[in-house]
Amino acid sequence: MTTIALRQGRVRTGFRESRALLLTALAVLVLLVSLAALGLGATGVPLSRTLSIVADAIMGRTAAMSGDGLIILQVRLPRLLLGLLIGAALASSGALMQGLFRNPLADPGLIGVSAGAALAAATTIVLGDALLARLIGPLPFTALPIGAFTGGLLTTLALYVVATRSGRTSIATMLLAGVAFGALSGAVMGLFSYVSDDRQLRDLSFWSLGSLSGATWAKTMTVVPFILPTLLAMPFLARGLNALALGEAEAFHLGVPVQRVKALAILLVAVAVGASVAAAGMIGFVGIVVPHMLRLMAGADHRMLLPASALLGAALLVAADTVARTVAAPAELPIGILTAAIGAPFFLWLLLRRPGGMAL
Amino acid sequence: MSALLEATDLAYHSGGRALVDGIDLSFAGGSFTVIVGPNGAGKSTLLRLLCGELAPARGNVRWNGEKLHAIPAWRLAHRRAAMPQASDLNFPFTVFEVASLGTQGIGRGLSGSDRQRLAFEALEQADVAHLAPRNYQTLSGGERQRVHFARVLAQLAAGRTLEAQQALFLDEPIASLDLKHQLALLESAKNLARRGLAVIAVLHDLQLAAGVADDLVLLHQARLVTRGSPDTVLTPATLAEVFGVALHGNALPTSPWMRVQA
Repeated sequence: MTTIALRQGRVRTGFRESRALLLTALAVLVLLVSLAALGLGATGVPLSRTLSIVADAIMGRTAAMSGDGLIILQVRLPRLLLGLLIGAALASSGALMQGLFRNPLADPGLIGVSAGAALAAATTIVLGDALLARLIGPLPFTALPIGAFTGGLLTTLALYVVATRSGRTSIATMLLAGVAFGALSGAVMGLFSYVSDDRQLRDLSFWSLGSLSGATWAKTMTVVPFILPTLLAMPFLARGLNALALGEAEAFHLGVPVQRVKALAILLVAVAVGASVAAAGMIGFVGIVVPHMLRLMAGADHRMLLPASALLGAALLVAADTVARTVAAPAELPIGILTAAIGAPFFLWLLLRRPGGMAL
Repeated sequence: MSALLEATDLAYHSGGRALVDGIDLSFAGGSFTVIVGPNGAGKSTLLRLLCGELAPARGNVRWNGEKLHAIPAWRLAHRRAAMPQASDLNFPFTVFEVASLGTQGIGRGLSGSDRQRLAFEALEQADVAHLAPRNYQTLSGGERQRVHFARVLAQLAAGRTLEAQQALFLDEPIASLDLKHQLALLESAKNLARRGLAVIAVLHDLQLAAGVADDLVLLHQARLVTRGSPDTVLTPATLAEVFGVALHGNALPTSPWMRVQA
């Protein structure tokens, strides 16, 4: 009996310690990356100065604001917060989708939200001036993000309706319908870029590569009410997703309200990813690489995976954005280029170093 | 003994074919019932109807008089556990985590360490406690099946804090087990029946079924052929008619002819 108790104790405390340790380490990483992001850029600000500026702002002493103070508080801080939110949203949406599809390679875009948002954005860019502007006058600059967000949500809703028969959503049907819609959207996007003029083409390619540039307090604060609640709600699905990993029937046997979990997961991802894409365009690979890394490091329990993905995704996206705006300063690289250029080889390396290869 | 689970005129169709057709059956707590029949007879479908996983096309299943489909999933999960034929897992869960799934969100007044104790005891009972920290994906088929048995045992143990009357459904639980673990699993299931649970299993091995079951349910072509004690169900006539095999000698062993070494 003592050996059982000992072994039991080790499994138990080992689990708790490693979980707390990992989350603490990731939180520290987010903090360090954030400080670096505030200090680094075309105008370098030393760490001590950065800290005192942020401290002053928190204490409400903004009266005597210097030049670097303005850069940090009005330019870099809103961009940092936007990056943290979007990184967290993309990575934890990826973890959620992988749990729902029971496939470690599922992407948050699988439910059509990215393709729908992209199509709506492309339509706004190419046809907005020609059609809409004639009816309502010059388009406000918010037309693109609003259009993208609405397009993403509507597409996901349509796929959900297609895949739901008599109250049960077939995840496989949703996946296949998403693939079909993605192909269709790709075709229309191709057509748009074929007929668009030079300026529209530039807008299109810039948007499809993703960027955090143009982050203002107004933009960041518009995204907060969409992303923050979904991030806070996601961990509540952890138990359901753990059970779903065994299969839908097994999850039902374990008392999980399967249909409710599916619908809620799809809704949360559609809102979080839709808001991210609307604010920063298409940023690839964060949603796949981050949860995958964490599973290799700390296992598959979604109670750990979802918060850890949010933290690591936030840190990675801010780090990538900092590189994107410093590597060729004062010019900026689209962040999607960086995440894909770093993410794809890293992902291949992860797959190849596993002894069993790609076990799906 | 009154019936815990009662099926009335149960029918289920798929692709225009009846998989279960007009079956009336009742199951009491404290008895081990084994469903037997040739391939495609409807055994697994019947089991999935009885545990609430499938909704019947006709007829209904009642749990103590209450319609099974009116019972919410979480409450049902306290009353019965079901072990699937096979379950693949695409994520690197540890064996301990898989067993713990049986206790997550189930039970009343259980602390986190109570749940972990229940999961660990279930692993011990299924003889897989030594695998607790291992990645489930690296296990053999038989080891996986034992881990799932541990998971349903843990679920029943946690559910017992809320529901006194429970049932256990096993769909070919011993298909990939070695002989020792086949017998051990059936012994465990039998013990649960002795403690008052209704245990309902699908088994292919008629000799093991006859040895362990209090009651056999024989299905053929989606219909109930007969139900009763093993020696009344497994006669040379039914074996020839339903399974198409001739029986040499004239009787099957009616008590376990192999036992696990204590």
